[in-house]
Amino acid sequence: MPILSLITYAPLVGVAGILALRLFGKADDPKAAEASRWIALVTTLATLALSVLLVVQFDPNQTGFQFLEEAPWFAGLSYRMGVDGISVLFVLLTAFLMPICIVASWKSIEKRVLEYMICFLVLETLVIGVFCALDIVLFYIFFEFGLVPMFLIIGIWGGQRRVYAAFKFFLYTLLGSVLMLAAILAMIGISHTSSIPELMHYHFDPAVQTWLWLAFFASFAVKMPMWPVHTWLPDAHVEAPTAGSVILAGILLKLGGYGFMRFSIPMFPAASHLFTPLIFALSVIAIVYTSLVAFRQVDIKKLIAYSSVAHMGFVTMGIFSGNAVGEQGALFQMLSHGLISGALFLCVGVVYDRMHTREIAFYGGLVQRMPWYAATFMLFTMGNVGLPGTSGFVGEILTMTGTYGVSTWTAIVAASGVIFSAVYALTLYRRVVFGTIVNPKLAAIADLDWREVAIFAPLIVGTLVLGLQPGLVMNLTQASVDHMVSAYQAAIGG
Amino acid sequence: MTFSADLGLAYPELILAVGALVLLVAGAFAPKAERLVGWGGVLVLAAAAFQAATGPFGRGFSGGLISDDASAFAQVAIFASSAISIPLGQRWFERRGVHNFEFPVLVVLAALGMGMMASAGDLISLYVGVELHSLALYVLAAIHRDNAKASEAGLKYFVLGALSSGLLLYGASLVYGFAGSTLFSDIAVAVKHGANTGVLFGLVFLICGLAFKVSAAPFHMWTPDVYEGAPTPVVGFFAAAPKLAAMVLFARLLGQGFAGAVPQWQQVLVVLGLISVGVGAFAGLAQKNLKRLWAYSSIANVGYAIIGLSAGTAEGVQSMLIFMVLYMIDVTGFFACLAALKRQGRDMETFDDMAGLFKEQPGIALAMTAFSLSALGLPPFSGFWAKFFVFKAALNAGLPIAAALGLIGSVVAAFYYLRLIKVMWFDAATGRTDTPPIEARVIAIGLALFSFPVVLGALIWIEPAARRAAQAFGLA
Repeated sequence: MPILSLITYAPLVGVAGILALRLFGKADDPKAAEASRWIALVTTLATLALSVLLVVQFDPNQTGFQFLEEAPWFAGLSYRMGVDGISVLFVLLTAFLMPICIVASWKSIEKRVLEYMICFLVLETLVIGVFCALDIVLFYIFFEFGLVPMFLIIGIWGGQRRVYAAFKFFLYTLLGSVLMLAAILAMIGISHTSSIPELMHYHFDPAVQTWLWLAFFASFAVKMPMWPVHTWLPDAHVEAPTAGSVILAGILLKLGGYGFMRFSIPMFPAASHLFTPLIFALSVIAIVYTSLVAFRQVDIKKLIAYSSVAHMGFVTMGIFSGNAVGEQGALFQMLSHGLISGALFLCVGVVYDRMHTREIAFYGGLVQRMPWYAATFMLFTMGNVGLPGTSGFVGEILTMTGTYGVSTWTAIVAASGVIFSAVYALTLYRRVVFGTIVNPKLAAIADLDWREVAIFAPLIVGTLVLGLQPGLVMNLTQASVDHMVSAYQAAIGG
Repeated sequence: MTFSADLGLAYPELILAVGALVLLVAGAFAPKAERLVGWGGVLVLAAAAFQAATGPFGRGFSGGLISDDASAFAQVAIFASSAISIPLGQRWFERRGVHNFEFPVLVVLAALGMGMMASAGDLISLYVGVELHSLALYVLAAIHRDNAKASEAGLKYFVLGALSSGLLLYGASLVYGFAGSTLFSDIAVAVKHGANTGVLFGLVFLICGLAFKVSAAPFHMWTPDVYEGAPTPVVGFFAAAPKLAAMVLFARLLGQGFAGAVPQWQQVLVVLGLISVGVGAFAGLAQKNLKRLWAYSSIANVGYAIIGLSAGTAEGVQSMLIFMVLYMIDVTGFFACLAALKRQGRDMETFDDMAGLFKEQPGIALAMTAFSLSALGLPPFSGFWAKFFVFKAALNAGLPIAAALGLIGSVVAAFYYLRLIKVMWFDAATGRTDTPPIEARVIAIGLALFSFPVVLGALIWIEPAARRAAQAFGLA
């Protein structure tokens, strides 16, 4: 059974259903809108079930790719799918976050619901496709086309400056990825293969590696995003609807880290080694500088967006530490950030749905009226800070440990980022939640309803389970990461 | 070869010539039967395409006419594209009260000229083909004769086209004078070890003349005005097939005549291609009228095709052929969409007219979105594959700078394609649109479906067919 294709294209079944509703029904029919919500939910849940099945069947002791599918295409390309310990994790994360996004948009999206659901389902197909693709061109197709649904999500359902944010998002990312396309074409030309597993074993000339690495870097650094090409992210986050932010922070940002792990490190080890100081420098700048920027924000969403950039700094640092501890930490940090930042954006969404503002100064004293909300927000704030017991802690400590042996100074400066993150995150929490209610508009604000509890429950469980039992994930990724690291170390002669 | 055997090679052209004349007479004597004439034109084109695909291959008329995989590939695409434009254009004119049977006849005549361009084997048949198709196109541009803009477009097209014909002829005479023959194969012998200054001079003039025809910058000045003024379905026709024909002729001339001088013409073509990409991308940013915008888009796209050709390899020619065929589908589809749209009786031609189109006409808006994304070069649409092959060829031929600059040009151009999508999807409608006519809708949506997802399967055939065709051009 081609389970990977099944998971990848399962959301398209829902798309077909909703499309039929749209083409054969009236526009803006409330019944069709309700039906489309249910179709989307059922489809994403089915996809989740399939990916759980995938993880259960996955053999964590194998180092290579599993569940391979292959069919020849044209011009030497082929349709090739497969997962290893690294990508299977992201498939699960995507499938896990999608139903949450659908439920989170249940009430807050009222106009053009059908199109909205189609965008999300298409996006799910594309993102899962990115993680499963084992042909470099197929990868590029999924990677690049993902821009379109996100462009529409920001542009149609976004806030005030949505058009600006959507264009900025699209063009920034496009510029990065056309350079990657040039590199992909050059790689195919040199090695005469487009298969990712074969490219991993192909030894590119070190001089060529440098160029190829830089081209891939242009794409992944924007996607990640790394300082200084992160400026699209706060705009995109602020303007996107809540679920759009969740997907953006939870999954789309991970494409950059995944790309570094899948391409830069195994295919261009010499260049990766050469540019490690650059990455470390950019990472610590991201960690320290954007933490400080986050502290000065007046918009809750923007603050969380900047904190995402800072947390991604830990990821890049861990990836380029070149040892198993750092890589595991980076993977874990990506997974954990997917849950925590997603949850934080949902927390913002909860109050935004009620008050229609994200200004920090507007709020204050929410604990008086919303005790459950306050507790939830507290948990995720602590996760964001990296409190032991939450998943945030594991990723940060591992990436710093991994980096310490390679570059002590980088690790030490990065550690200061943990303190900065406590400063901005706790300040935000204090100003929004603690104190007494000053703003009279907040007097009647309601606590979480059942729908919102259902959204947060899986995220809370996920954050705590991963924080207390990180081995669950580590076992899954161990073999693949070890394999990658030993190949990398052998290639750079370390 | 005997004359009668030679004749067999020219069957596609002969079918078109005889067909056009018969249709002309039929139209003149039965003016009411314009629809019948139109379908007759489609039939003639289909027969010619079939003949081109199956017919005997070889060289005839002392090498003046070449029938091979390349001409077959190009002719099938050209005739198919011409055939699509007949029902599209005829109905469009009918709805505007213009009844003419000349339209299909002129399309068939243009196709005849383009067929000759695709199979030209010497400078004479090159020129005859170019003139034959150009003359038909000048008339087509002005066929909406009560419309001042269309007449202006026709005149502009004619004057500048005549200038480019002059350049072509001058170049051809120089090449003939210095190489001693008009036959491509003889010229190839003369420039085996690089071209001397005289031949090179002539070649540059020939390239300039052809650059006019494909509207490559800096010879693009006529394009935006003509596109804006000419009737929409006519633009859809001459933005597609003639470009392919001229590009094939380009490849034929350079590959079969000047294969020994690759380094010499390569630099000219790289510059031509990059200037076109740059002009198309940057000048397009300022456009408000979609037909003008698509004119600049076509300038940029021709630039990509020229970059592919400039690789100077069989792979480069293959990439150019694939590029042009996929581009033809996009551009025909896009103009079919434009031809389909009217808001309260008025043609929709500007960005503002497209506001909220997705809500009004989801099918057409989706098709236009697909064509825009395709022209932007976004995977998995056909435009991506077009660029994929072009840049692969350029990189393999050792032109990484050209490839990188071309790709960056595509990011600049992305802005205006996105703007179109933004207007259609994000903005609120400014009034109801009229129901689009069925034939335009069928063509637009059919071609959009080709752009994605059909292309993913179709390339399995197109790619080897283009490879076989490219090998016929004689470049390594």
